[in-house]
Amino acid sequence: MKKRFSWQNLYLIFVFALLYVPIFYLIFYSFNRGGTMTHFTGFTWQHYTELFSDSRMIEIVVDTLLIALLSSLLATIIGTLGALQIYSVKRPVVKNAILSLNNILMVSPDVIIGASFLIFFTFLGFKLGFGSVLLSHIAFSIPIVVLMVLPKLNEMNLSLIDAATDLGATNFQVFSRVILPYIAPGVFAGYFMAFTYSLDDFAVTFFVTGNGFETLSVEIYARARQGISLEINALSALMFVFSLLLVVGYYFLNQYNSSKRTRKRQRLEATQIK
Amino acid sequence: MKRFNPAYSFLYILWIVLFVIAPLVLIVYQSFFDISGHLTLANYQAYFGSGTYLKMTLNSIWYALLITLLTLLISYPTAYWLNQTKNKQLWLLLIILPTWINLLLKAYAFIGILSQNGSVNHFLTFVGIGPQQLLFTNASFIFVAAYIEIPFMILPIFNAIDELNPSFVNASRDLGATNWQTFSKVIFPLTINGVKAGVQAVFIPSLSLFMLTRLIGGNKVITLGTAIEEHFLVTQNWGMGSTIGVVLIVAMVIIMFVTGERRKKGRKGE
Repeated sequence: MKKRFSWQNLYLIFVFALLYVPIFYLIFYSFNRGGTMTHFTGFTWQHYTELFSDSRMIEIVVDTLLIALLSSLLATIIGTLGALQIYSVKRPVVKNAILSLNNILMVSPDVIIGASFLIFFTFLGFKLGFGSVLLSHIAFSIPIVVLMVLPKLNEMNLSLIDAATDLGATNFQVFSRVILPYIAPGVFAGYFMAFTYSLDDFAVTFFVTGNGFETLSVEIYARARQGISLEINALSALMFVFSLLLVVGYYFLNQYNSSKRTRKRQRLEATQIK
Repeated sequence: MKRFNPAYSFLYILWIVLFVIAPLVLIVYQSFFDISGHLTLANYQAYFGSGTYLKMTLNSIWYALLITLLTLLISYPTAYWLNQTKNKQLWLLLIILPTWINLLLKAYAFIGILSQNGSVNHFLTFVGIGPQQLLFTNASFIFVAAYIEIPFMILPIFNAIDELNPSFVNASRDLGATNWQTFSKVIFPLTINGVKAGVQAVFIPSLSLFMLTRLIGGNKVITLGTAIEEHFLVTQNWGMGSTIGVVLIVAMVIIMFVTGERRKKGRKGE
């Protein structure tokens, strides 16, 4: 039994190594003085200083973050309203129809989304660039927000709303004081997912970006096709740290929220016992 | 909410009409036009008539199958044993974490690792096999694609195993089943839904990974995705590209039908 257990751990260690070695490999060579990704000749910060003095790269990073922040914010608003709409539909047939339409963009391959959006923008005569990328990112982020918010709405107790209306709350007050606080964790999760979707996306952006506007993924693709440049390694190291902070921050915020809720419940139970 | 005012969800409905229905209709519409803008069935004739496109499609499906199979073989034991560790949620988070790293960066890492003078070749030289051409081969494409897809396969299988009632396993052991029998007759059938969800999450993207065929596969493997990208952005033959797109959509619907309801590409976490 003992022996078999160690085999399992060995396998898990192997898988973890497989997953992380390439990432650390990239980061490791970002400190290479040699300028290649194969022979480590000495430690240097040179590629980082190059990166920070590359004004074009800085501009692309700012654009990428701007697109991610804006698109996730707008997608969260539209998606939350959409979830409320789906929730308020009573007939199951209509509900399922809207849900299926909602999920189409979730299951479509990126290439299809990119190509069909390209046709769509060209058909409308919409100029490709910042606007088309922003609209596309909003579009493919909306369904995930809906899917994050809807379960929260479904588990909400309807008597909460009845109580609020009985006590004379207006529709808006019911929404802002009762519903919104209740679904807030779902909205927050949706925003977070939309943000990472936008940062991660390559294929859709690649199709609808046109000339002159670039996001990080598109730039990395262009540079990687030309070969190795350790500036990209430096960039990937920074992005890894950024993603790590994002995930850890999200994880702890979730923990904090749920522990706050349990504390509140415990306090409530304590008072009831008295 | 009984009196939800539909006016508020106007933007959501607009989104469904403009960004879900309209693009789908347009890609089907576009597939009936040739490169000079004439309404024609020529694209479909070219697709089904010439062997090239059909061969490319079969090839793409074959590679997607290989990638899915390799991913499944690595992921199932990982998900199973991950479930038996302490702090399994933390380990799962660590499995998911690499999916937050931009896909292009991961592909880029492999350009370095697999290159002529890369680490793998150093190792091969060290053990006496000598350097091999690794980058720009079909095997490297399959390997890197599997690498990228592994977390998306582990996640649904992990959840399915997590929901598996351990008393079934105990009952099977008590009744004298061997380890293999327990696995093949009890554990695997009860977690098949996780496997199906994982296969869906891996197979469809594998048909359309065009950046990998370019960066890692050296344009030797042409997947459906590569062909679409080529037609849209290089040769500007949108009609033919849309035709292949329609084929890809049909393939997707078939796969979803076969493997049951697809949860979502969201894969990342939750």
